[in-house]
Amino acid sequence: MLNTTDKKLLAAVADLHSIPQGAFNIRKNGEGIMRRSTANIEIVPKTDKPGINIIVKPGTKNESVHIPVILSAGLQDLVYNTFEIGAGSDVLVVAGCGIHNPGGDEARHDGVHEFFVRKGAKMKYVEKHYGEGRGSGKRILNPKTIIEVEEGGVAELEMIQLQGVDRTKRDTEIRLQANSRLIVTERLLTSHNQEAESIITVELVGDDSSAQIVSRSVAKDNSRQLFHLNLRGYARCRGHIQCDSIIMHNAKVSSIPEISAYHTDAALIHEAAIGKIASEQLLKLMTLGLSEKEAEEAILEGFLK
Amino acid sequence: MLELIDVHVTAEDATGTVSVLQGINLTLEDNKIYVMTGPNGGGKTSIAKTIMGIYRPSRGRVLLDGADITEKSITERARLGIGYAFQQPPRFKGIKVKDLLKIAAGNNADNRFQCDLLYDVGLCAQDYLEREINSSFSGGELKRIEIASLLARKLKVAIFDEPEAGIDLWSFQKLIETFAGLREKYQGTLVIISHQERILRLADQVILVNDGRISETTTPEKFLAEIEIITADCRCRTDCIKGEVANA
Repeated sequence: MLNTTDKKLLAAVADLHSIPQGAFNIRKNGEGIMRRSTANIEIVPKTDKPGINIIVKPGTKNESVHIPVILSAGLQDLVYNTFEIGAGSDVLVVAGCGIHNPGGDEARHDGVHEFFVRKGAKMKYVEKHYGEGRGSGKRILNPKTIIEVEEGGVAELEMIQLQGVDRTKRDTEIRLQANSRLIVTERLLTSHNQEAESIITVELVGDDSSAQIVSRSVAKDNSRQLFHLNLRGYARCRGHIQCDSIIMHNAKVSSIPEISAYHTDAALIHEAAIGKIASEQLLKLMTLGLSEKEAEEAILEGFLK
Repeated sequence: MLELIDVHVTAEDATGTVSVLQGINLTLEDNKIYVMTGPNGGGKTSIAKTIMGIYRPSRGRVLLDGADITEKSITERARLGIGYAFQQPPRFKGIKVKDLLKIAAGNNADNRFQCDLLYDVGLCAQDYLEREINSSFSGGELKRIEIASLLARKLKVAIFDEPEAGIDLWSFQKLIETFAGLREKYQGTLVIISHQERILRLADQVILVNDGRISETTTPEKFLAEIEIITADCRCRTDCIKGEVANA
């Protein structure tokens, strides 16, 4: 059922080299092809639209669920997934989408993920995007992520676009209740004529909620990137956005910060920087024996790690 | 052995071409410690950067063990065994201390080796190896990691540019011991740019650089004796000026 290309895509986006431990759902070319629920994590197909419901029982600890999507042809796939992360649980959710487009038709995956992180639950969500294929057809990924974190909950997000995605629009909305915490790590690499847009909106509505967003990107060749990161504090809360981009060649990067406070005890910080690789960094690594190209690669690799 | 023969370096500024180094002749022998000192802006760092290949001479030659390396790139010189610890080391977002030490050692740096390197510069490996070399580091911490990155390498010529700058007293003592220890185990040429008497005393020879030239090469003892006379002279003149202002 899984061919060599599929396995390569799964390894790239979900670090899967075999059938994963725990619950999983593998979606290929618009259809769920392999699925397994466990005693604590149930995966149920939706009946009204394409997608699945993932239900994590309250109190589930140290379990994971993998839900990768792969496209190996030029087609358009739209999926709606809903996650119920039960109170007091602690789980890892590994998503991600890999596209292998060998032809001239557009291959596009739009994924709408909605999460409910219940009271005191902790969820780590890892989403990797990757594209490949020699065809002229575009590889497009548009994830929409909506997260509600209830009182005392923790959501940790790693959102990574590795390479080969021609166009992406990432739209992430998070709402944080009292004492909840959000940590977002975003890594984005574009090259050639690729375009990427990332919109992250965080609403801190509960007292003592906190959010930390660290976004790092590298734009090469003629690629374009747009970041619009919003923090909105409606309560006694803390929020910090750090957005760093390395720009190379003829790329274009825009970073639009927006922090809004609607409460006197909301403390919000936004830091943004765009620049090329500092010549001092290159020089330092060259004095250690790296060529200029090797030094550049080491800097970029570290930056996006 | 490293030789600079009639080396001139120029730079461009708002006024046009300016001379940075003017006819530097210098021979640095193996297994010796040289301390380069002199007034700020005199040309010490420029000499170091010319040896490393960061600055290119407009005239003159640089020889390593008799071979002309004047046209060699920074990378080629590094691979030939020349190293330079920057006066103001860069920070790296994403590169950890352990990553830098691995690059420096050619990926041959196991955990024990890295711990030893950091110990030599007065840092505890447990606290530092996993940290990114970013703005969370103080100037002194950054400087010590920079020194460790050079100690990680097997070099024929190692140049440390003001290694003491920004380093606290306790770590400075450790640094002195490290440099003193290098005399025993290091097989190459050690060049330290410094204004510190305790570092000057480590030298086999002190090289005084001023106004883009080497004005004197001498022993530490002679140099420090001369400095005392100059300092006394300066103090006298300063007092006179102060006195004149006071009397006015």
